[in-house]
Amino acid sequence: MSNNGSQNNYYILETLDISKHFGGVSAVDGLSISIPRRGVTSIVGPNGSGKSTLINLLSGTLPLDDGIVVIDGQRLRTIHAYETPDHSITRTFQEVRLFDQISVLDNILVVLTTRKFWSAVFERTSRQHRARAQEILEQVGMWEKKDSLAMDLSYGQRKLLEIGRAMALNVNIYLLDEPFAGLFPQMLERVKVLLKDLRDQGRTIIFVSHNMEIVREMADHLIVLDGGKLLLAGEVEDVLNQPEVISAYLGT
Amino acid sequence: MIANLPGWQRLTGFLRNPREALTLSRGNIELWANLLIILCALVFMLLKGATFAVTLTTVFGIWAMLSISLNLVVGYTGLLSVGHIGFFGLGAYTVAILTSTTSYENLRTGEIPTFGWPFFAALPVAALVAGLVALLVGIAFNRFRDDIYVLVSFGFAIISFNVFLNLRVLTRGAFGIHDVARPQIGSWVFDTELELMLVSLVLLAIVIGISWFIVSSSFGRVLKAIREDEQVAEVFGYHVTHYKLAVWVISAMMTGLAGGMFSSWTTFIDPNSFILLESILLVSIVILGGLATIWGSLLGALAFVLLEEGMRFLPFLPQEYVGQARQVVLGVLLVVLMVFRPQGLVGRFKL
Repeated sequence: MSNNGSQNNYYILETLDISKHFGGVSAVDGLSISIPRRGVTSIVGPNGSGKSTLINLLSGTLPLDDGIVVIDGQRLRTIHAYETPDHSITRTFQEVRLFDQISVLDNILVVLTTRKFWSAVFERTSRQHRARAQEILEQVGMWEKKDSLAMDLSYGQRKLLEIGRAMALNVNIYLLDEPFAGLFPQMLERVKVLLKDLRDQGRTIIFVSHNMEIVREMADHLIVLDGGKLLLAGEVEDVLNQPEVISAYLGT
Repeated sequence: MIANLPGWQRLTGFLRNPREALTLSRGNIELWANLLIILCALVFMLLKGATFAVTLTTVFGIWAMLSISLNLVVGYTGLLSVGHIGFFGLGAYTVAILTSTTSYENLRTGEIPTFGWPFFAALPVAALVAGLVALLVGIAFNRFRDDIYVLVSFGFAIISFNVFLNLRVLTRGAFGIHDVARPQIGSWVFDTELELMLVSLVLLAIVIGISWFIVSSSFGRVLKAIREDEQVAEVFGYHVTHYKLAVWVISAMMTGLAGGMFSSWTTFIDPNSFILLESILLVSIVILGGLATIWGSLLGALAFVLLEEGMRFLPFLPQEYVGQARQVVLGVLLVVLMVFRPQGLVGRFKL
């Protein structure tokens, strides 16, 4: 792998030898991966292979034990969660985590308003904020629900709203932890359309999934993890035809 | 639609369109709670006369200031603090020490310093002292949340009480401080109950204004997001610790203001006004009124003051049991409320 700044413009996100231990267990163990700027990258692997931990590390939700993350040419030893929007990264969670007891509209607005501490006290919701929130809520089909509390939504709607909230941030890298899990076919199509839209806008999407059919359909690149280590990486079709992948998946 | 209007506008809408209001009011506990408590207040005023009502309004002003500023922390940010009585005491003692002019006899403590400041000069200092202590305490508290937060704020309440009791060179311990100055502008001394009520209500208006300004801003929305999921708020780029610290300090400053008012109103304070129980009562008022609503805190404070003072006049209750009976009634009320209406009288949010 090349770490040369000018050459790795092809990759937007790289990890160099990153590790994370929980007690004596290595969730991620010396992992080095590269994620291309264009297209959709999927991360797959058996349960406990470190997929979610990897997402947590990249989004600053968990601190790195060791290693370096390179985001758009910037080498980082630590990533603070509150800095991730500045690095143009946002994420969704495996178990949906919305701001439950505030309205759907506020869930989006909170992402749009200023991050500057003092201006926030004097800022009121502007027409632009509202228009942008409406645009996003209509995109995820939730505008009619804008006044209900996020906790009152169905699972599928919550999942959609979480993706909408991430879209509101308008960043380049989206880390989506199992965006397709537990959805009805109709909702599933909707999420697929949203992700394809994001991809067509030239953003980088990285998603974790267990569903091989969706991975085949949606992803351009594939990263297979096993036991916190990289098993294989490459174009989807190439990787999925490797016997190691088949055995890793059928073996567990 | 009246139902979609917030707080006050709903009341005026009620007057403008009685028929719609009537259909809406069926089974609307929130509305009935409002009406009942306000009606009780009116009846009480008529029965007991204007003078008593004026005194009660002063007390109400102080409790309402406390519950609104506590609601910023508990209701909006989700940090269940039972330590706010410490800031209340800090404000009260600051005003007492700065304004008292009495020269004290040498008890076991030795002379305490007196300054004889005017009330309105001491009041901002009271808020600042409370804010400064809150800043230091808050930096330590910021790493905790949920149940642990209750415990550490409990610790703060205990520590502050013991400081008031034992730092005799400043507070005269259990002997208390006498002759706290009344508010004064020029030669106009706010000495009567009516004038004191005026000061209390003006301070309350300031507290309401500041709180409303904060919670209706983007800042307020971030606070609610932090209440719901701190880590996610952080992922979306908010420096959560700064927000928590800021609201904690603002809340403490307003609590200190209420403390200053309290100390000037009673003109005598001792550590017994700042025990942990008062803090628990305060949290109860906030929960009773409803979390994350300013109107709810006003209503809660009003209900509490009516309950507290009203029970004094129950014919079958001997005077010496009134104090204890109050706490029993409030306790029962809280249990009933938590079973049937966990979001409080007018709230939407559950703890």
